[in-house]
Amino acid sequence: MNGPLSIATIVAALVLGIWYLIRCALNRAPNNADLWAMLGLSALVAVLVVVAVVGLFIGERPSDWSTFVGYLITTIAFAPVGFYLARLEPTRWGTLILGVACLVLPVLVLRLQQIAEVTSG
Amino acid sequence: MAEPTHTEARPRDAAIGTGAGRVLLLVYGIFALSAGARAGVQIATKFSEAPLAFLLSGLAALVYLAATVGLAVGGNRGRLVALTSCSIEFVGVLVVGTLSVADQAAFPDATVWSRYGSGYGYIPLVLPLIGLWWLWRHRPRD
Repeated sequence: MNGPLSIATIVAALVLGIWYLIRCALNRAPNNADLWAMLGLSALVAVLVVVAVVGLFIGERPSDWSTFVGYLITTIAFAPVGFYLARLEPTRWGTLILGVACLVLPVLVLRLQQIAEVTSG
Repeated sequence: MAEPTHTEARPRDAAIGTGAGRVLLLVYGIFALSAGARAGVQIATKFSEAPLAFLLSGLAALVYLAATVGLAVGGNRGRLVALTSCSIEFVGVLVVGTLSVADQAAFPDATVWSRYGSGYGYIPLVLPLIGLWWLWRHRPRD
């Protein structure tokens, strides 16, 4: 859970989030590239979650593993929900939705890392 | 997914859950989920430690859920639900925030409204104000 994949996800989400905030400030609706970028981030997050789920079966389980699974479900669903809402809102606010979604994702990944560190041994 | 033309004028009868309201909808949804999950875990696993704090935590989650639904449904009823929830939220974050600072023994475990929502970047303090501003700005005109 603490590997380069998590770091890549956090960095990608932060960079994209800042990009969307700038685009929103410039009063731009999400364009094709913005929406594709969000789908790309969703795919990256999905890979991260799949790796974490595999880890649950072959590695050490976090002692608070039901919370961990709850966070995993939230995390994998998050970017697609942002994408869906942004598609409904072809204004600057759609871009802000993408930005908010991107800035919440790193928090989710950090929480997952915190929970994963406490293993039952 | 074509680049749309920008129009600044927003129709008077536009639903409150569109435009910036849709961003509010997302943020309220996030809070309903995170506060609800947290309260659920607290009530299920260690309710006896601080019943008051955890019940308030559960109430906060319900209020966020009501605000989300109110914004999503829209219309007069949805607007009223959202207005009530935002008001309760603002009072709640002030009261619980003050209580958690004054009486730390009763609030041993962080809830979404503890210390004015500092664990959530003070967003719980600002969010109801943004919600109330949005609802006021799009109040029905006759």
